Amino acid sequence: MRPRLLRLIVSFHTTTAAMAMERYCLENAVPGRLIPIPREITAGCGMAWSAPPEEKDTVLRAAEGGEIEIAGTYVLEI
Amino acid sequence: MIYFDNAATTLHKPEGVIEAVVRAMKTSGNAARGVHGASLGAAGTVYETRKKLAELFHCPRPDHVAFTANATGALNIAIYGLLAPGDHAVTTALEHNSVLRPLYDLEERGLRLDMVPADRLGNVRYEDFERLLRPDTKAVVCTHASNLTGNVLDLRRIGEMAHRHGAYLIVDASQTAGCLPIHMEEMGIDVLCFTGHKGLLGPQGTGGLCIRPGVELRPFQRGGSGVHSYDRRQPSAYPTRLEAGTLNSHGLAGLSAALDYIAREGVGALHAAEDALARRFYGEVSRIEGVTVYGDHSQAQRAPIVSLNIRDYDSAVVADVLYTDYEIATRAGAHCAPRMHEALGTTEQGAVRFSFSPFNTLEEVRIAVEAIRDLSKE
Repeated sequence: MRPRLLRLIVSFHTTTAAMAMERYCLENAVPGRLIPIPREITAGCGMAWSAPPEEKDTVLRAAEGGEIEIAGTYVLEI
Repeated sequence: MIYFDNAATTLHKPEGVIEAVVRAMKTSGNAARGVHGASLGAAGTVYETRKKLAELFHCPRPDHVAFTANATGALNIAIYGLLAPGDHAVTTALEHNSVLRPLYDLEERGLRLDMVPADRLGNVRYEDFERLLRPDTKAVVCTHASNLTGNVLDLRRIGEMAHRHGAYLIVDASQTAGCLPIHMEEMGIDVLCFTGHKGLLGPQGTGGLCIRPGVELRPFQRGGSGVHSYDRRQPSAYPTRLEAGTLNSHGLAGLSAALDYIAREGVGALHAAEDALARRFYGEVSRIEGVTVYGDHSQAQRAPIVSLNIRDYDSAVVADVLYTDYEIATRAGAHCAPRMHEALGTTEQGAVRFSFSPFNTLEEVRIAVEAIRDLSKE
């Protein structure tokens, strides 16, 4: 597989929250994209926001600004 | 064909609705079931539709808009999700079976149910709500407008009374969503149930409910959610709590386009057009000898519905002749509103319902009036 990279991962309780995050980040030029949720977070299904770890403050501010409820924040090598 | 059956479903949809459904059917994956472009495209459409509905109905949070196949599905979720045997609930004689049957079913299992009666004009007395509300009343379940008479209920007044007694207000907006302004917060609506294919001008198979934050509804169905696959229970967060299984993202794409159309045209302007047609029709047919029109047409705000009978003719025969001889589509018989027919005295005869949309015309109204005039002379 490809080399693993350290990424900030933000998970959500619902797809609706994930979509709200994507919309807000696109509108506000916040870096990152939606990815399938990594197994280190949950062995279930779903989607998560992935961004460079150094953008953590920006991403968390975006979630707060968009009033988006997040389930968890992780920095993982994926 | 002249189509006056818009209270059943609006036939004429904005062109953008049809185009959006076709586009979605060519491009949409399963919303919330993958993280590739096709799935994200569908999930994005669904999310935008939630946002537009939350804005239209003044629901405080888009994630408190849950989708169903129709208003009946939404009402079942709301009623079974909030009420249980032993609770007390109040409803009205104006209701459709989509409200009555779930309530009757719960009543057989121990729900205590009281009904606000209606008079011969189809009106309620608001004092009756006050009289029937009790300290243990869990909810008032009522329509915004009768699907038979078009009479509108004063939700603000009912909501105020319900909340003063600690009860929730569940509203069936099947005949008013997209036709009349609905403001959940100002009207005190706790759960608003709507369909997408009537006044909202979207495709059939779309509907949903808007839930005031803080109102906890038990899941009605359980199943795939796209999240938390190994949990044994349905996820608790809205809207996932109420949305087991694949959503109708093709239909919701159409509904989204319909909401764009409504936002451009304005609910007020669209309703003014259909209301003017309904009132013109009422004004003409109510003067024809032998015609009985039902409902309170002195109301300033009404759903665009005019139900009538000609002498003692079977409403089914009248509707059939209207269609076969004049190509006018109406609905006859009972209208899934048994208590309303009892109040109006039309349980045997039923009624011929004319229901209007902004896409009808004055010329169509003129032809329909002439048809009724002809039939009244037979």
